[in-house]
Amino acid sequence: MIAAALTTDSFLERLPVLARDTVTGLLPVSWRWLAGSLLEIIAILASFGLLFAYLTLAERKILGRIQNRPGPNRTGWFGLLQPFADGVKALTKEDVVPAGADRVLHFLAPVVLVAVSLLGFAVLPFGRHLVAVELDTAVLYFFAAGTATELAVFMAGWASHNKYSLLAAMRALAQLISYELPLLLSVVPVVLVAGTLSTTKIVAAQGGWSLGFIPHWHVFTPWGAAGFVLFMVAALAESNRSPFDLPEAESELIAGHLTEYSGFKYALFFMAEYFGMCALSGMAVTLFLGGWGAPSALLEWIPSYAWFTAKLLVLLLGFIWIRATLPRLRLDQLMKFAWKFLVPLTLLNLANAAGWSLTAGWTGPLQLVRWAVALSLVAVPFVVLGRTLSAGSAPRTYRFA
Amino acid sequence: MLGTGILQGLIVTAKNFVGSFHDPARYTTLEYPEVKPALPEAYRNFPFLVCDNATDPMGTLRCVACQICEKECPPQCIYIEKSRDKKPDATGKLQIYPAVFAIDTSVCMSCQICVEVCPFDAIKMDQVFEIATTDRYAALLLDRGQLTKPNAYFHTIHPTEAAEVDARLTADRQAAEEKARAAALAKAKAPAAPVAKREQTPESAP
Repeated sequence: MIAAALTTDSFLERLPVLARDTVTGLLPVSWRWLAGSLLEIIAILASFGLLFAYLTLAERKILGRIQNRPGPNRTGWFGLLQPFADGVKALTKEDVVPAGADRVLHFLAPVVLVAVSLLGFAVLPFGRHLVAVELDTAVLYFFAAGTATELAVFMAGWASHNKYSLLAAMRALAQLISYELPLLLSVVPVVLVAGTLSTTKIVAAQGGWSLGFIPHWHVFTPWGAAGFVLFMVAALAESNRSPFDLPEAESELIAGHLTEYSGFKYALFFMAEYFGMCALSGMAVTLFLGGWGAPSALLEWIPSYAWFTAKLLVLLLGFIWIRATLPRLRLDQLMKFAWKFLVPLTLLNLANAAGWSLTAGWTGPLQLVRWAVALSLVAVPFVVLGRTLSAGSAPRTYRFA
Repeated sequence: MLGTGILQGLIVTAKNFVGSFHDPARYTTLEYPEVKPALPEAYRNFPFLVCDNATDPMGTLRCVACQICEKECPPQCIYIEKSRDKKPDATGKLQIYPAVFAIDTSVCMSCQICVEVCPFDAIKMDQVFEIATTDRYAALLLDRGQLTKPNAYFHTIHPTEAAEVDARLTADRQAAEEKARAAALAKAKAPAAPVAKREQTPESAP
């Protein structure tokens, strides 16, 4: 199947696959599968490692600009060597392990966290021919692998033998398990409409354009737009990013489960956080934003992996923008938000998507009815739930401020 | 509606982001080692000694080693040794001068009390803040030569205060000159009866 498609594609589109085949072609046939897999792993590690490095720099620069200061600009041109300076610093720092810590678990936690957060990249289709493992149950695998990060965070908190770490680990567990539910429930409509759990087939289902310029991405349907927003909110919480960064709340818990980590282990936790963020954003691109698909038929000459990267970067910049804007939630607000707001909305969205796929055959004026019903099913519950939940809590008066 | 506040916040941060690139009023950072900050005139950190003539700093020190600042200094960071001889000061009058004048800047707390108590306007506050050294002890103990700076420098860092001090010193000097002239005139006019007058002066009182 792939070989047939390869012949019709442009050279740039085929380039990564051709490069892999050239290298593995040098080896005996029985080794090619293993060498090809290793090459894919190296490519994913290298590209996302580099993305992680420059994402930290971009985050610091953008946060700086939003706070009206320049951000790091001394190491290299415009601070471009800053990530490497940080890496050298993290590597050369002393690695302190507390006397009361469980040494094995304390060491394992960051390793497990990074390993587990890398697993998700295996099933993301980065381009038309670029998917490391083509699984029929890729979506299920992705979220199953992603859930294991909670175990690693709790390992870190428990093994540190520190009250802040333990409190943070408890918070992390509570938060991650609560937000796992809306995250998965916001994905179910996509699976329902696309009729498959395979990421490549979900992307293929979003291919094509109406009138040549409106792509058939899920985000351009009422249930898809709502699902995308719900997914991104839950993804923010899953990747422990602000405003859901309660486990490492500096002002309350020192650094949470990172309190007793120093040097490169600390850097590994950061790496895992950014990998998780990248993987979830990549999943959002795949599920809702048409994956590697171009937004218009005229732009198809740009290779598919470039489109995937562009969409991924936009989502990551959104993460940074939100971090720069919102203050941290309180734990009870966090739980209330997940269980009373996100979960009902995701369930309604599931019903909405079911209705959408049942009415796929409607044409003419019925099409208008279909859109109106679907849009009101998104907007009305949002407004009603928002009104009821925030009733009595706003506007706040500060008596002692 | 729920979420409008978040959107407003996002707009505020986006405005800041864009504004920091083209609006100097928002972007307040100075690229420090290359661009020096414009210090406010009242900024002060460590004291320095004022001399009237830059070409002969030790000869024109205003300090007469009265040791008031040494006694008043709360953390006692000033050390003064009086000279045994006298030298003419800026006005030509013979004065004691500080043979040793040292300030330990690691002890100084920049309180400006030495400046307040000095009757000769000889010690003033400096604005040099790049004072990091590689030596913790000797390099932080400033001696007379390192502490002395000309009056012209004082004018550049604290123009208002320096002008006021200069005006006062000139006025004092003129008053003293006029008094001396008047005394000389009186002396010339009334050469007789010096004995009776001298008995009334406080020096000769018992």
